[in-house]
Amino acid sequence: MDAVALSRLQFALTTIYHWLFVPLTLGLGWFVAFMQTRYYQTKDETWHKMSKFWGKLFLINFAIGVVTGIVQEFQFGMNWSEYSRYVGDIFGAPLAIEALLAFFMESTFLGIWIFGEGKVPEKVHLAAIWLAAIGSNLSALFILLANGFMQFPGPEGYVWKYAADGSRVELINFFALVGNPKGWILFWHTISDGLAMAAFFILAVSAYHLLRKQYVEVYKRSFKIAAVVGLVASVLIFLGGHTMGQYMKEVQPMKLAALEAIWETEQPAAFSLLTIGDMSGKKEVWSIHIPYAMSFLACNNFTCEVQGVNDLQEEAVAKYGPGDYIPLMVVTYWTFRIMMAFGFVMMAIAAFLVFKINKDDFVDAKWMKYIPAMLILPYLANASGWILTEMGRQPWIVYGLLKVEDAISPNLTLVDLWISLIGYTVVYGSLAVAMVYLMKKYAIAGPDAAMQDSVDVAPALVGKGD
Amino acid sequence: MPYEFLQILWFILIAVLWIGFYFLEGFDFGVGMLLPFLGKKDVERRSIINTIGATWDGNEVWLLTAGGATFAAFPHWYATMFSGFYLALFLLLIGLILRGISLEYRSKDSNPKWRNTFDWMIAVGSFLPSLLLGTAFANLAQGVPINENMMFTGNLFTLLNPYGLLGGLATTAVFLLHGANFLGLKLEGELRQRTNALAKKLWIAASVLFSAFAVYSYISIYLKREIIDPGIAPLAAVVFLLLSGYFINKKMEGWAFIMSSLHIVLAQVSFYLMTFPNVMISSTNPEWTLTIYNASSTQYTLTVMSIVALIFVPIVLVYQGWTYYMFAKRVGTDKKTLVY
Ligand code: HDD
Ligand code: HEM
Ligand code: HEM
Repeated sequence: MDAVALSRLQFALTTIYHWLFVPLTLGLGWFVAFMQTRYYQTKDETWHKMSKFWGKLFLINFAIGVVTGIVQEFQFGMNWSEYSRYVGDIFGAPLAIEALLAFFMESTFLGIWIFGEGKVPEKVHLAAIWLAAIGSNLSALFILLANGFMQFPGPEGYVWKYAADGSRVELINFFALVGNPKGWILFWHTISDGLAMAAFFILAVSAYHLLRKQYVEVYKRSFKIAAVVGLVASVLIFLGGHTMGQYMKEVQPMKLAALEAIWETEQPAAFSLLTIGDMSGKKEVWSIHIPYAMSFLACNNFTCEVQGVNDLQEEAVAKYGPGDYIPLMVVTYWTFRIMMAFGFVMMAIAAFLVFKINKDDFVDAKWMKYIPAMLILPYLANASGWILTEMGRQPWIVYGLLKVEDAISPNLTLVDLWISLIGYTVVYGSLAVAMVYLMKKYAIAGPDAAMQDSVDVAPALVGKGD
Repeated sequence: MPYEFLQILWFILIAVLWIGFYFLEGFDFGVGMLLPFLGKKDVERRSIINTIGATWDGNEVWLLTAGGATFAAFPHWYATMFSGFYLALFLLLIGLILRGISLEYRSKDSNPKWRNTFDWMIAVGSFLPSLLLGTAFANLAQGVPINENMMFTGNLFTLLNPYGLLGGLATTAVFLLHGANFLGLKLEGELRQRTNALAKKLWIAASVLFSAFAVYSYISIYLKREIIDPGIAPLAAVVFLLLSGYFINKKMEGWAFIMSSLHIVLAQVSFYLMTFPNVMISSTNPEWTLTIYNASSTQYTLTVMSIVALIFVPIVLVYQGWTYYMFAKRVGTDKKTLVY
């Protein structure tokens, strides 16, 4: 592999990994804050147990997000130095603001939340978890505004202009940068994704205990809340995703065509259910289509024109010079289908559950045993969505402005890159083992273990007796 | 605001972020490195971790913010330094990962092997960043090979020169001392006595290493290059370090900690005085040095960032300071009061 491929692989692996844990943090924080608020208001012990139990799992997950996030912050300079030089004037700002505004907030208040129970006033302790939840969601906002700029920098003169010597792009309107609709739609879709992931997480773990008829009060209540939130969130995901698709038609038509495998411009455009391409992933061999559906998805009317990749490629060559401007279609096409199919399945499951939880005996229902496995859905949908988003903008790192191959750090050797790639893989792999072990242990142990402040302590590690 | 003023302002702001990071994470790293040596029993180790448990993550954000601010205000500095020090930073990141995860996970299982492993990872994960940061800053002061395209042309071994390594060792020793002084303030009973005894030894190591580093800096940098006269800053740094030993011997923990803090602050201030207005000095050709003028963002971006910083930095300082105030009590070894 060459330096570009290695840097891409490393960025993709580390970011997907980071992003595997972040949505749960984003969503679960709200749940815990809500549960603790109810406990504060009612002094009902069940709410207390719920907030402690889900809070414990929240922390185990959170820790991984934090340590892998540090890598993200540094990677732009380490692996993408030319990118950093080219857009640093613009891209650096949201990143710095994210740290100043969000990271300080979430880490400080989470510290107070973990260590302050019984030591700070109850109100402060409650405020701490709310502020931590707000902080982590704010962090999502700023990183997505940064990503939104890469996806849609807009035309010159709006957010940015070329530097006098052409060596980089420069910020001319900060409010346009943080008002970028692309970023805000990403945020909408992503925040709902976090809530849905947390809801399915709670459903899965609760179902595990309900199947064993243990701590029924705690998990029944958790299950009900999660079902409702899961439904609302998955509808919001769909609406956000639909908005995204429409916006994409305007700002990234190539990505839209690629995720649908539309080769020739169509009017009206059909939605493709299945396409088998050739080995290059760039030619169609066989497919099934739903007529008119794509036009509707892309512009809310049944007859609009959707441009195909062949036309768009020609346009791009005319505009940017010779090159291949078509993303790897097998990937965009299938990741989109996985995400969307899972999204609909999640919506259906959540709707089914909301319908069922009204009857008190739902705990004994036959379908309960299938619920834990459903946890895989949001995780796969989430990773697919990002792979689609990021690979769909190839070959650009900043759409229309800078290509990925021009963005890497030119001084890095292949040896450097292999060392870091292998290093991260080994360390991240071990983190996952420790995390899954703890998560399983505490999820299975139930609320009693989480209620204890100190876990059994082994007497002596070194030296003589305790 | 005039462009040059903004560039200087952001140099100062980034310096402040690094100084804050050195002061705060300095004792966190020190505490981390001391953990397996000072804590003989499990409960002792837990009480040591409790002294920094609530605040270490917030302290680390100083580093993230310094990184983000460098990116926003001086993109070329960020790009050249981070890509140039690639493997060193990679090791630093691995250290921070090991430390962070261990601080959160070590008590979540009662198996002694689990805990002991994570405790050692905390120590190693605190040692690596201390050593590497010290080495990196020493190299920044001395200059590193940079070509006409602002590109670093060395490799990891370029950084591992005697001066750089001495800087790394001196920083590590100072952090150890700073950590011991902090623990002296936060611990109780027998553990506190032991910390004090250890602090005396660490003070000797720190004084010797740092003084050697200061002399080396004077000979190899100050005499060779035309730089802003750091004035009494480096000297004061040495004096505060020596004074710290006096207070340790008198068992005046508060003053000992203040002295090691002042030492760290002044040592950092000396560094910035010696480099200003340069940010990455080219040892290949002084013409190719990155300065605050050729590495910075535009006036517009700097203005926006200044307004943001003006609003939010004070807020952050207030609530972070308040956290320390809230957790000001000493940490005992009574299991009931410890957080796991
Ligand atoms: C649980 C996760 C999940 C689910 C069920 C869905 N998505 Fe999604 N989707 C994401 C999680 C996600 C994501 C991983 O969070 C992405 C990547 C970038 C982003 O903001 O969201 C994403 C990106 C993404 C994009 C690409 C945006 C771009 O490249 O700029 C589109 C068009 C959609 N989504 C559309 C949908 C539609 C129509 C769905 C139908 C229900 C859907 N998503 C369900
Ligand atoms: C957190 C969710 C994210 C995921 C899962 C993700 C995923 C990916 C993937 C899969 C790639 C590889 C694409 C390829 O190989 O072609 C990639 C590349 C990249 N992404 Fe993202 N990304 C995420 C968010 C971001 C954000 C927020 C940014 C910037 C603010 C970003 C910047 C980049 C860069 C610089 C590359 C390298 C260039 C490239 O290969 O396209 N990503 N990302
Ligand atoms: C590639 C770009 C990214 C960078 C540079 C980045 C940076 C970071 C950093 C430095 C941290 C640790 C903060 C701490 O010490 O407390 C972190 C954690 C976090 N990041 Fe990322 N991140 C990236 C991608 C994303 C994306 C796309 C999102 C959300 C949409 C996100 C949301 C979060 C959240 C919510 C946390 C805190 C919660 C947790 O740690 O699980 N990050 N990130």
